[in-house]
Amino acid sequence: MRLIFFKLYLILLTIYPFGNISATTVNNDFTLVSKTVRFFSFSDHSVQVVILGVIFMGLGCGLMGGFVVTRRLSLFGDTLSHAVLPGVAVGFLWSQSKNSLSIIVGAMVAGFLGVFLISLIKKSTKIKLDSALGLVLSGFYAVGICLLTRIQKMELGNQSGIDRYLFGQITGLSTTDVGSMVISSALIVLISCLFYKEILVTGFDPGYARSLGLPVDFLQYLIWMLLAFSIITSLQIVGVILVSALLIIPAATASIITQKMKALLVWSAFLGITAGIIGSYLSFLGSRLPTGPLIVLTSTFFFFLTLFLHHENGLLLKWLRFRGKKKKIALENTLKAIYQELEKNHFSEDTVLLGNLAKRRRISVPEVYQEVVSLVKKEYAFINLIKSKTLPGENIISLSPNGWSEACRIVRNHRLWELYLTNEVQYSPDHVHDDAEKIEHVLGDETVRKIERILSNPTRDPHGKLIPSQKDIEQGYVTKKSLKI
Amino acid sequence: MIEFFPPLDIRDTFWMPWSSPESVAWNGKIVAMGFMVSLSCGLIGAFIVVRKLALMGDAISHGILPGLAIAFIATQSKALFPMFMGACGAGLLCSFCIEWLNKKTPLKLDAALGLTFTSFFAIGVLLITQMGSNAHIDAECLLYGEIGFTPISEILVWKGFEIGPRPLVTMGGVTLIIIILIAAFYKQLLVTSFDETLSVSLGLPIKLIHYGLMLMLAVTIVASFESVGVILVIAMLIFPSTTASFFFTRMPAILLCSVPLALIYSLGGFCLARWLDCSIAASMVVVAMACFGFAWLFGIEDGIFRKIYFKKKVI
Repeated sequence: MRLIFFKLYLILLTIYPFGNISATTVNNDFTLVSKTVRFFSFSDHSVQVVILGVIFMGLGCGLMGGFVVTRRLSLFGDTLSHAVLPGVAVGFLWSQSKNSLSIIVGAMVAGFLGVFLISLIKKSTKIKLDSALGLVLSGFYAVGICLLTRIQKMELGNQSGIDRYLFGQITGLSTTDVGSMVISSALIVLISCLFYKEILVTGFDPGYARSLGLPVDFLQYLIWMLLAFSIITSLQIVGVILVSALLIIPAATASIITQKMKALLVWSAFLGITAGIIGSYLSFLGSRLPTGPLIVLTSTFFFFLTLFLHHENGLLLKWLRFRGKKKKIALENTLKAIYQELEKNHFSEDTVLLGNLAKRRRISVPEVYQEVVSLVKKEYAFINLIKSKTLPGENIISLSPNGWSEACRIVRNHRLWELYLTNEVQYSPDHVHDDAEKIEHVLGDETVRKIERILSNPTRDPHGKLIPSQKDIEQGYVTKKSLKI
Repeated sequence: MIEFFPPLDIRDTFWMPWSSPESVAWNGKIVAMGFMVSLSCGLIGAFIVVRKLALMGDAISHGILPGLAIAFIATQSKALFPMFMGACGAGLLCSFCIEWLNKKTPLKLDAALGLTFTSFFAIGVLLITQMGSNAHIDAECLLYGEIGFTPISEILVWKGFEIGPRPLVTMGGVTLIIIILIAAFYKQLLVTSFDETLSVSLGLPIKLIHYGLMLMLAVTIVASFESVGVILVIAMLIFPSTTASFFFTRMPAILLCSVPLALIYSLGGFCLARWLDCSIAASMVVVAMACFGFAWLFGIEDGIFRKIYFKKKVI
């Protein structure tokens, strides 16, 4: 919960200066505060219409986007949104006015014709799906542009309304438009609640759904219809081209947050609504800021915020964790190398040379020096620094008691695992090293105890080397007796 | 109140544009521009379609919008070089974003594509609306182009000779370069498009050829956006080769087919636009659609009627 608040605070922090700049540069009549109050007090009629509009648009598009993105149909949504354009134009011509109903009917017909054509091209020709999508998208769009440019030349009384379907113009939103949005999003919520299981199973596994006796094709068309509804009703706010962003981006963000379908749908709707409100608020601050692009960019901003900063799946945290582990592994490898150097001399000396260590680790002397320095910082090792008299490779290193037990632990993990693989899993002894090299860093105490029990406290690994025992770790040196066996 | 379909005046539509030398010079430039746009897009598009990059082309053509807008704001002109640099920068950034999102995050390719190009497009629209109405460029011009402005754009003069309007000359140069490049690297393009394993074993630089093709795509889109706009470019890329594929199966034939198709698109689009008094670029695509429908029905390789004649399963 605290994390969510922290994120909200971050969002506000980043938006504040942006809003401030646009308010001061674009419009000096109103200050940022008074505009904010006017927007969020919800008293203005136009503001009410806009906020209601973006809320229901975000809800409908977010829910549909959840289904679309998980079915990998994002570009179908894009194609559908371009394909409705000629329908919008024909609907406008039919009623000779900006009548919502005839435009919606025209757009529905055009959208379905587009989807039908895609499946027809796909089934009856050798043309690939991506080309088929491109053909329908650009062809229908061109017909739409043809009709729209023709309409602009005709002397229709209320012709300014038609142009906004390209980019969206939120100020022209009427209460009937909001009404159609409410109806479409209510339909979407109702149907996705009623047929949730059926839609889910047809989306993820059509073959299984068919074997259950579900009407797969019918459900498919139901999804198409709802998708067309949500696209058409949102056209007014964001326009033909950016509508697909509202479908894809909130759902993509939600898919990073969660893997569960129900949670994904809820998150996607929530993100859609939030981006809608913030985007329209930003465009409200300036006089010439278009709403559609701002809503889309707010959505994209949320996406990247989640992508990098999410507390489980965020890339930044993953990277930090990865870096921490990498450092730990490097240190443990150095400790292991020190142990192996000591072992080479049969533990007759308790110091090793930096140069030998570098040779064993197969890295340069300065690099291994850096690692030894961080070992010294953790009080795992001591190093004498008589730089003036010796070459860098001749610095002498010895282990502290802590370092000794840590080094023994790593070597013990490594050799126990090698023995386990050869004895119990029947690997050949020359194949076990690489695997052990990885697992030695992650074996926990409990697993080590278990392996010891299975192998009945072994003392030698498959290569005949000593596995340092618990006693050796505690007393701080390897007894000569155990070496001789 | 005008009727939507005006009566087809054959004399006005087909004869008047070509009745006097002045009008021939004027309209010839428009048709020539349309022809070269369709030709260069068709040639590049044949390879784009074969490589299943059609939607990548769509994404890039949307994605270059912010680059164009920034270049225009910086230089306050529609000069080709800054526009080209801006568009290439934005296009490359767009394709890198898509690849990065696809590889490093759980997003699938379609979602990564959709997310990237809509965001880029939104930035572009936002920038364009901030330029104000006094700019010579506006969103509509970028989106569906105005090929009719070709004859009235400034004339390029070289050593005292008037060469021709700037868009026409640039587009001619681009078309020439594309034809030369495709002729020179035809084999390499063909083998990398159809058989990646073979081309690796032949020692061909696959990545270089891929990005070279992408660069050529970007150049074509930039040179033609002024006349057809960023969205209709995708139609010009996909339609010629898919239409030709109903008649021919071999690549050289499909490439050659884009010449007559480009002629049909430009002349047909010009006549349709003159009749209906609407956008020429959009009419060209409508004609392209009609050609595609015709080929789909009557194509001798893969057409519906052929399948019915040979009693094959149509769907």
